[in-house]
Amino acid sequence: MKLSEQLLSAKEIAVGIKNKTFSATEIVSDTLGRIEKLDGDIHAFLNVTGDQALLRAKEIDEMVSKGEDPGILAGVPIGIKDNICTRKVATTCGSKILNEWKPPYDATVIEKLRSQGAIVVGKTNMDEFAMGSSTEHSAFGPTKNPHNIKCVPGGSSGGSAAAVASGMVPLALGSDTGGSIRQPAAFCGVVGLKPTYGLVSRYGLVAFASSLDQIGPFSRDVDDSVLLANAIMGHDPLDSTSLDIDTPPIKINSDGGVRGLRIGLVSEFLEGISPEISEAIERACKYLDAGGGQVESCSVPSVKQSLSAYYLIAPAEASSNLARFDGVRFGMRVDGKNAEEMMVNTRTAGFGDEVKRRIMLGTYALSAGYYDAYYGSAQKLRTLVIRDFESVYQKFDVLLSPTTPTTAFEIGAKIDDPLTMYLSDVCTIPTNLAGHPAISVPFGYDSKGLPIGLQVLAPALKDDLTLKVASYLESARENAND
Amino acid sequence: MTEERYEPVIGLEVHCELRTATKLWCACPNEFGGEPNTHICPICLGLPGTLPVLNRNAVEYAMRIGTALNCEIKPSKFHRKNYFYPDMPKDFQISQYDEPINVQGYLDLPTGIRIGIERAHIEEDTGKSSHLGKSGRIHAAYGALVDYNRAGVPLVEIVSAPDIRSSEQAKDYVSELRAVLVATGATDGRMEEGSLRVDANVSVRKGPDAPFGTRCEIKNVNSLRSLVRAIEYEIKRQIEVLEDGGRIIQQTRHFNEDTLSTVALRSKEEAQDYRYFPEPDLPPISPGEAWINKVKEELPPLPPQRRAKVKEIFGTGDDGQIITLVEQDLDGLFLGVLSHGADGEIAIRRLLNEAASQIEAARKLDVKDFAALIGMEKSGKLSATQCKAVLAEMLESGGSPLQIAASLGFEGMKSNELEEVITQIINDNPDAFERFKAGDEKVTQFFVGQVMKATKGKANGKSVIEFLETKKS
Amino acid sequence: MNNENLITEKDVAHVAVLARLHLSEKEITDFTVQLRSILEHGRDITALDLADIPPTSGPIPLENVFREDVKGGCVDKSEVLSEAPGHQEGQFLVPPLLDGSE
Repeated sequence: MKLSEQLLSAKEIAVGIKNKTFSATEIVSDTLGRIEKLDGDIHAFLNVTGDQALLRAKEIDEMVSKGEDPGILAGVPIGIKDNICTRKVATTCGSKILNEWKPPYDATVIEKLRSQGAIVVGKTNMDEFAMGSSTEHSAFGPTKNPHNIKCVPGGSSGGSAAAVASGMVPLALGSDTGGSIRQPAAFCGVVGLKPTYGLVSRYGLVAFASSLDQIGPFSRDVDDSVLLANAIMGHDPLDSTSLDIDTPPIKINSDGGVRGLRIGLVSEFLEGISPEISEAIERACKYLDAGGGQVESCSVPSVKQSLSAYYLIAPAEASSNLARFDGVRFGMRVDGKNAEEMMVNTRTAGFGDEVKRRIMLGTYALSAGYYDAYYGSAQKLRTLVIRDFESVYQKFDVLLSPTTPTTAFEIGAKIDDPLTMYLSDVCTIPTNLAGHPAISVPFGYDSKGLPIGLQVLAPALKDDLTLKVASYLESARENAND
Repeated sequence: MTEERYEPVIGLEVHCELRTATKLWCACPNEFGGEPNTHICPICLGLPGTLPVLNRNAVEYAMRIGTALNCEIKPSKFHRKNYFYPDMPKDFQISQYDEPINVQGYLDLPTGIRIGIERAHIEEDTGKSSHLGKSGRIHAAYGALVDYNRAGVPLVEIVSAPDIRSSEQAKDYVSELRAVLVATGATDGRMEEGSLRVDANVSVRKGPDAPFGTRCEIKNVNSLRSLVRAIEYEIKRQIEVLEDGGRIIQQTRHFNEDTLSTVALRSKEEAQDYRYFPEPDLPPISPGEAWINKVKEELPPLPPQRRAKVKEIFGTGDDGQIITLVEQDLDGLFLGVLSHGADGEIAIRRLLNEAASQIEAARKLDVKDFAALIGMEKSGKLSATQCKAVLAEMLESGGSPLQIAASLGFEGMKSNELEEVITQIINDNPDAFERFKAGDEKVTQFFVGQVMKATKGKANGKSVIEFLETKKS
Repeated sequence: MNNENLITEKDVAHVAVLARLHLSEKEITDFTVQLRSILEHGRDITALDLADIPPTSGPIPLENVFREDVKGGCVDKSEVLSEAPGHQEGQFLVPPLLDGSE
C-alpha cells in the first residue's frame, strides 16, 4: 500500500502491522523518508538510526508472519530523547562532553519498548543535559518549532516534541525535571505526560536532578500517550526509587467524559499569563462545565516559591550528578599535565554555559555555610508544596492550569537572560517537587497560530485521571471541527 | 625528659571490607584481586544513567558489626560526599553522614580497657590507581592506570572515640577489633590485602585534664607494626613542635614506610568541602526491631566469650596463647581436639607454631585427624619432627595422619616387625647390650643407629628406646 | 538574607575550583551577576518561617529498598575500554595523579 500524507497514529500502526495491512518495513521506510524530508529545517534528531531501525522492522515483520505478537507497539517508530542510554548507539545529552559516547547498556525503558515491538528510529535533540526550556542550549544547534521555525520548540525535550508535532514519528520519549516534557508539548501542540515519580524506571536516563527526573511520552493524541505510558511503566529492580506496586495498564473510559469530576483552577498559576492563554483557560472551563465537571477556583500557596526551590534543588543535585563527566572513563578528554588539570580542562571545554551556570549554582547551594540557607530551605519548601497539594486534593480530583504563561517565543529572545527563561517553567515545576503526574494537552492556538497547551494535574498515581481529563479536553478539537 | 609531661590522645578510623558475595550497589562479584577491570559493570563504573541498589547483606553485616560493638542500631540514610578523584567513579562517594546505622558503642580490650565507638557506618570503596613509570625511569610518573575491581565494594568505617592513650593501646585496639570483626563473619580482616585499613587521629596534651590538642590524621598505615611506628613518630613530632614553641596545624599526614616518618599532604587550594547532601537515588534504611533482634540472636560467639571458654575447658594455658588462638580463629578446632582426648599443650603448640603459618588450611583441618596426629606425637609413635612433617602434609594436601605417616615411612613398621629387628640386633651385639643394661647412654645411640640402618630410617627412635627398655629385664 | 550574604566574585571563583571548572574573569563577573539574581529570587523562601518543617529529599516516601546478594554478570571490559579516552594494559589511563605528598 501507499501511505498517504495523512498521518497514522501509533495505535493505527500497531493494529495495521498486526493485521498485515502494511508492514513494519514500510512504516519505518516511510518514517525515515519523512525525517529526511523535514528534519533539515526542524533539526529534531541528533542521530537517525535508520539501518538498525530497518533491521528491527524486518524482525517485527517476521514475527508477524510467524503469527507471533510483537507487542502493543508492534512496529511503531519512536524517537528517543538523547539523554536515554541506547546500547552501542551514541548518547550525547546534547553535550560535547560525551563525545559520541556509546553506552554499553540499554536504559530500562528501551528494553521495555523493544519487548513491546517499538522501533527506535533515532535520538532527539535537547538542551544540554536537559537544562533549558528552549532546546537552544543544545551543543549541536537548536531545534525549530514546526509551527513556526523562527520559534523555539520549548525544552528541554524540544527535539522529541518537534519530531512528533511535525509528523516525523508518532511517538517519542522525553524526560521531565521541571516541565521538560510538558512545556515543549505545549509549545509544539502535542500531548506530553510526566508520570508519577517512580512509575517509570530512571535506569539509563542520564540524571539531571535525580529526585525530580521522570521519563514520559509524547504523542499527537491522548490515546497514543496511554499506549506508550503502558509500555514503559512498571517496577524496575535497578531503580531504588521505582515503585514496587501493581500498575494495571491505564484504560481511559471516555464515555462519561468528566461528569462528576471536581476540577480546581489554581489561581497562582493564572498570574501573569498572556491574555490569549487566559481566554483558552476560560473556554476550557466552559467546556469542562458542559461535560458535567465542576470547575472551581482554588489556591496552592506554596507554588509561588516553587520556582526558587527548584532552582536550588535541581542545580544542587545536578552539580553532583555531573561530577562524573571528568574525562577518565568515557567521553571527551582535554589533556593536562596531571589528572586534576585534565579534569578541569575537560569540563571547561566540554560543558556549555547553561550547564556551567547550574553546576556553579548547585555547588554554591551545597557548599559549607550555605547548605541550610539554600538547599536545606528548599527541601523544606518541598514539604510545604506536598502538604498544600494534599490539602487541595481533599476538595478536588484534578487541577487545571495553563502549561506555560506564554506560547512559544522566538529563538534568541531569552537566551541571554537566564532568570526570565527559568520563569517559563513556573506552572510545571511544582508537580515535579511533589512527584505528581501532570499532562499537557493542546487546546487551540493563539493569534500567531502558535499552539496553546493546558495542564491537568492529579495526585500521585492518578495518572489515569490526568489522561482522562486531557482526553476530554482533546475532544473539544473534534467538536470544533464538526 | 619533656615527653613525660605530654599525654597522647588517639582516635582510630578503621575501614573494613565486608565479605558479601557482591558489591554494595551492583551484582558484580566482591572478590579480592583478579585481572584488572574484570569485576566491573556500568553501575560500579558510575557510567551516566546508572543507579545504585543497596545490597541487603551489606546492611545485615553492618548490623552484625554494630551489635558486636555494643552499638545502638538506628534508622539511617545515605549521603553523597562530593570530591573529584580518578579512582572514584562517580566523583562522589556514597556514605553515611549525620544518620549512620550504628552509633554509641564500645569495645573492651583484653587488658580491661574500654574504648568508645562513636559510629560504624556503611560506605563504598574506591577503585585502585597505580603510577606508571615512577620506578626505573628518570622522569617521574607519566601517568596512572586505574582498576575499578574494588570500586563499590562495601565497607564499614568504625570510628573510635579519642580514648586511646598510647601506640601499644592502639595496637591492642586494632587487634581486638579485628578479631571481633572476623568473629562476626562480616569481614576477613586481612590487613595485608587491604580489607582492613586504619587511619589514626593523633594529638598530644599536657596531662590527662588538659583540653585536647590539635590533631593530625595519619593515613597509609598498612600493618600493626606501621601503626605503632607511625603513632610514635607523630607523637614525638608534635611534642617537638610544641616544645620549640610552635603550633600544631590540623592536617592529613602520610606515613612513609621507608623513612618511618609522617609527611604532610600537599595542602589543597580549597578547604575540604565535601558538600554532603542526602543521596536522592537511595531511600533510607529502617531495620526495625525484628531484624535487629534476629541479627543479635544469630551473632556468633565473640572473642571474649571464646577466650573464656578455652580457658575454662583447657584449664591451663597462657593468656597470650589463648588470645592468639582465638584471633586466628583456631579455638574451635582446638576445643574439638580436646574433646577427642588429645593433649592440649601439644595441640596448642602445633596450632600456633606450625598450623598458623597456613591459616586457611589450618582452619579446615579435620578435628578427628588432627586429634589423632596429636595422639601419635603424645604416644611417641611420631617424634616432634615427624609430627610436624605429617602436619605440613595434612595442611598441604589433607588426608589422615596415619596414612601420611605411613607414606612418609614414619609408621612403616608394625611393632612386631620392629621387635624382630631389635631382637636380631641385640643378639648380634651381646656385649653392647650388656653395657646398655649397665646404663651406658652412649650405647643407646648405637642401638638406635643400628635399628635405623636396618630399617632404612623407618623406625621411630622413641619406640626403639622403649623396646630396648623392655628388653632390660 | 542581607546584602552581606550575597554571592561575590570571590565566592564564584572558589566555587569554580570546587566544581573543577576554569572560568575567565569575564565569566566570573557574569556568573556573579546571574547567580546573584537567581539567588535573590530565592529570597521568597527565606522569607517563610520553615523552622518546624521537615525537609523532603524524595517525593515518594520509601524505605528499605534492597537487592539480594546474588552475583550477576559483569560487562566485557573491552566494550568499556574502547569508549575510554585513554587505556593501557586493560586499565584506564590517566595523566599522573597528585598523590598528595610533597
